[in-house]
Amino acid sequence: MPTTKSLYGRRLTGYAIATAIVLTASIALAFFYAPIEVDQGFSQKIFYIHVPLAIVTLGGFVFGGIFGIQYLRSGDTRHDLRSYTAIHQGLIFCIGALITGCIWAKAAWGQWWVWDEPTLVSFLIVFLLYCTYQPLRFSIEDPERQARYAAVFAVVAGVFVPVNFIAVRLASPLIHPRVLGSSGGSLPNDMRIAFYSALLGITLLFITICKYEMASKHSRAQLAALRRSLSEENDEPAAVRTAAPRIAIK
Amino acid sequence: MSAARPPSTLSAARAVLYKELTLERRAPQTLTAMALFCASAFVIFHFALGRDAIEGALASGVLWVTLTLAALLGIGRSFVADREEGGLDGFLLAPAPRTALLIAKATTLFIFLLIVGVLAALLFSVLLLGPTPSASQWASIALLIVLADLGIALVGTLIAGIAIQTRARDLITSILALPLLIPLLIAVTKASEPLLSVGGGTLAWRWLALLGLYDLIFGLLAYALFDYLVED
Repeated sequence: MPTTKSLYGRRLTGYAIATAIVLTASIALAFFYAPIEVDQGFSQKIFYIHVPLAIVTLGGFVFGGIFGIQYLRSGDTRHDLRSYTAIHQGLIFCIGALITGCIWAKAAWGQWWVWDEPTLVSFLIVFLLYCTYQPLRFSIEDPERQARYAAVFAVVAGVFVPVNFIAVRLASPLIHPRVLGSSGGSLPNDMRIAFYSALLGITLLFITICKYEMASKHSRAQLAALRRSLSEENDEPAAVRTAAPRIAIK
Repeated sequence: MSAARPPSTLSAARAVLYKELTLERRAPQTLTAMALFCASAFVIFHFALGRDAIEGALASGVLWVTLTLAALLGIGRSFVADREEGGLDGFLLAPAPRTALLIAKATTLFIFLLIVGVLAALLFSVLLLGPTPSASQWASIALLIVLADLGIALVGTLIAGIAIQTRARDLITSILALPLLIPLLIAVTKASEPLLSVGGGTLAWRWLALLGLYDLIFGLLAYALFDYLVED
């Protein structure tokens, strides 16, 4: 079995530094380089946070599903940890996307919530579904079964996301600003540079936090294993109810 | 001694389906509860809305919210007897493909939902619905009930399979099923709205297509993933 010591913390510093640089640069670009939008004015700047948050959230959920498939195929608990982390952080980013979406809706349309805005409504539904991930894991005690059922959930939910977007979009008129239309030409160049750098920054932030969470979970498991070996008791630790994946330390 | 041939998926599914239906016939539990729930819900809606007759979007919403919540009762009961009485262990010991269990359970739920759906629609038209749908509109409603119930049965069986192994079974069933069923509810309520309106309307094909797509996708998902839920 490969040693897991270096696996989770690897390149964490590099990612953290890159995230700090790119995020700072993208904020500077958004505020000082990208022009003020004519219709919405300064409030449109939230677009450089809201849209990347939303895209990264969906990416996190999709990767949660992909790692879920990999876990089901291989039974390797590292994939379960990855799937868990991607969904866990995706959920946090999803809250961020919803809150920034509400703020943008208030600024653009004068209301905190607009039901005929399909993307925002879809996000709420997806959020509600993924909120059940932690309670589901928490209510299954056996670690192997917990991982398996969580993987099944991750795959079902991953497939659900596009179906949900289609359904909600069909049901409501389109008023969301289509900044990245199918033609792709609706965003001026200077705005596009700021947007893509923000997207890169948020993506790096997501990866860094995921890596950090996995490293933290792994070092906690290592610490527990060391404590056990020091106390010269080789008993298995008492089963603790937790939603987080169990990590086996050799 | 020659080894007995393992049953095919269909014959195993037929046996389990027969068991389920016999169980429900001898000791009616789920179906009666679902039907009673629908009747009570319509009465509650009458008082809560303060209306004698409803139509259009409101009627469509009341009918489908009631049917969805009634379906949750059926989904919640789906594997309970098997788990408590050892039926699940018995099935796993038998050399039958696990897909047979999915087919049998989904078909059972589908049949229950169809019966409750037809009863509820008739009851709804008597108790709450203002306009009287024409024969062709009834046919469209029946088609919607079939497509929606198929989707609910497939998703419901998958969720029931997940929830049965958890400690907070009822909670998990509800919080998982409702968000997953939202796309189906969007399609079916939008499609029924013109059928339940004064003056009447026709069925929009795009909602039927969405329902069909939903059924297909979740049918394939259930088929691909169900084995992992009954591994032990």
